[in-house]
Amino acid sequence: MSEFVIEIHRMTKTYGEGDIAVHALIELDLQVERGDFVAIMGPSGSGKSTLMNIIGCLDRATSGLYILDGEDVSQMNRDQLASVRNRKVGFVFQSYNLLPRLSARKNVMLPMMYNGFQNWSEEQRSDRAAELLELVGLGDRLHHLPTELSGGQQQRVAIARALINDPSLILADEPTGNLDTRSSAEIMAIFHRLHQQGATIVMVTHEPDRALEAQRTVNVLDGRVVSPESEMERLVVS
Amino acid sequence: MTLPNSFRVAWEGVMLNKLRSFLTTLGIIIGVAAVIIMLAVSAGAEAAIEDQISGLGANLIMVTPFRSFGGVRGGPGGGGPGSITTFTYDEVLFLSQNLNNVSGVSLEQSTTQTVKGGVSTLNSVSIVGVTADFLEVRDYEVGAGRFFTHAENDATQRVAVLGAGIAEDLFNDADPIGQQVRIGSSRFTVIGVMAEQGVVGATDNDGRIYIPASVVFKKFGGTGFGGDRVRMILVKAEDGDALEVVMDQITALLAGRRQIDPNEPNFGVRTQQDIVDARASTTAAFRSLLAWVAAVSLVVGGIGIMNIMLVSVTERTREIGLRQALGARPRDVQRQFLLEAVMLSLVGGLAGLVFGVAGSFIFGELGGMRTELVPLSLPLAFGASAAVGIFFGYYPATQAAQLDPIEALRRE
Ligand SMILES: Nc1ncnc2c1ncn2[C@@H]1O[C@H](COP(=O)(O)OP(=O)(O)O)[C@@H](O)[C@H]1O
Ligand SMILES: [Mg+2]
Repeated sequence: MSEFVIEIHRMTKTYGEGDIAVHALIELDLQVERGDFVAIMGPSGSGKSTLMNIIGCLDRATSGLYILDGEDVSQMNRDQLASVRNRKVGFVFQSYNLLPRLSARKNVMLPMMYNGFQNWSEEQRSDRAAELLELVGLGDRLHHLPTELSGGQQQRVAIARALINDPSLILADEPTGNLDTRSSAEIMAIFHRLHQQGATIVMVTHEPDRALEAQRTVNVLDGRVVSPESEMERLVVS
Repeated sequence: MTLPNSFRVAWEGVMLNKLRSFLTTLGIIIGVAAVIIMLAVSAGAEAAIEDQISGLGANLIMVTPFRSFGGVRGGPGGGGPGSITTFTYDEVLFLSQNLNNVSGVSLEQSTTQTVKGGVSTLNSVSIVGVTADFLEVRDYEVGAGRFFTHAENDATQRVAVLGAGIAEDLFNDADPIGQQVRIGSSRFTVIGVMAEQGVVGATDNDGRIYIPASVVFKKFGGTGFGGDRVRMILVKAEDGDALEVVMDQITALLAGRRQIDPNEPNFGVRTQQDIVDARASTTAAFRSLLAWVAAVSLVVGGIGIMNIMLVSVTERTREIGLRQALGARPRDVQRQFLLEAVMLSLVGGLAGLVFGVAGSFIFGELGGMRTELVPLSLPLAFGASAAVGIFFGYYPATQAAQLDPIEALRRE
């Protein structure tokens, strides 16, 4: 298996055409190794979300190459991208995005509905969801609805959901953006644990403290990756 | 996504807003129930008419005033303009004497009278004046004794043949034959009792007394028998092949006697089949009208479903975006919403089925009209509601499938 989970080469993303064209990403290069924990930082409008959407296969680049976990996804169609998202990407959103009428456990099981776990019995899937909720410290909240959980707890359910299909990559766009300090710390602790267990994590944040908790930081400005000093810092540390 | 999963997700969608789902399906419920009830009512009416007509027996020709089997028109045959073109008893006799290839000519002139006999008095008994051919024409049978003869009819003998029920009511177990009965103020001798028939349609044939038509017209002068006019002549052809010939003969003979153009008769000659056919064509028209009403109500129901599905897609845009992010393909999303629409319409169809069947019985029991469930209408109505769900659910489901996940996730 490739040592890189993400290989992006000369990626451009342009919204609109002609005079109103917005160049959200400009010839961007980025590699993320397996087991890396990357924080992406940058001012508002610099292209972080655009980059995350493309990394997560929710969107396609205008040009450039993107290889995700050894698969070239640059030219895939909607169905193929859906399958890649399901198998390889675990999303953690700033606003949790749990379905309000489903219990924590059912929410965690949601991604299994769209993939090859069909040979798993309902019970096996349910057990797997319970295991993951246990892992994020919600073993006693399996049957709670999202409205019955705090923000931090909801985000932990979302992390369990992101893990259910054993993804190659966990993508988190400002996962602690809506949380208080204590809940944020809990979420970061879970990320650290996952990282130690070998997970590859890419996280957008605008809080420098959080970014420092990652293994390395990638700064994005005007659609480009800037300041290699964090790269050097990483080399010095390791 | 597997089918059972899709069904469960769609069902959750339906149950998400129960009141709204119920109101949405109401259109379909009413449409389907209406189709089933209307068809049952029309089938019931049809069956009742058919029973009545086929109760008249095979190879039967009816000679009626003008072409009326409902509306009656005036004409020269039955007196001055504006009066009814009925027949005279002499015309009946004339046909009876001159027709070939017939096995009988009769008429049925009825009234109700008080009847005394044996130890009892019965009120409102149906008294029917008929010819000696009556048994032959109607395919009826005598149970005991005999029917009266042409000779007795010609001689205006006061003889009576009792329906089985009347015989029992008047004489109990005693033998009524040879006994006297008093009909109104006249005495009659009982010469026979009809075989038991039971109730056919709405008439209790066992509750009648048959007397010679000649007595009705010559002795009573038709008083109390709807005038001295015959309202319908019944002719029985020898067999089915003779029907046409006999009908032509009737027209020629009656027109000749009335001295009118046989091509423009002031009476109608028709077979039981003609009447069945005429009824069938009205029923067919009625049915196709119902079919249109049903189609319109189902379309209205379908538009309701489409409307609510569009609202649902808008409301749940974020959910759609999330499902897409988690790996739902466009076709998974489409299937979810399409199934939801189909479920709404199928639940409506099922409920409509239940209400339709129940409604048909209730109409039959309480509404005083005969209803007959049309078995085919059940799968038909149900299938139509499913088709409506697919048709009107397709557009909203496709809209949902085409949503961009990023846009959808950003929506509040
Ligand atoms: N759907 C879109 N259509 C047009 N322009 C967009 C769209 N999404 C983002 N942009 C533009 O692309 C640039 C990068 O946006 P974004 O990736 O959201 O930045 P960030 O997440 O770093 O704030 C901004 O100038 C933004 O206005
Ligand atoms: Mg952003």
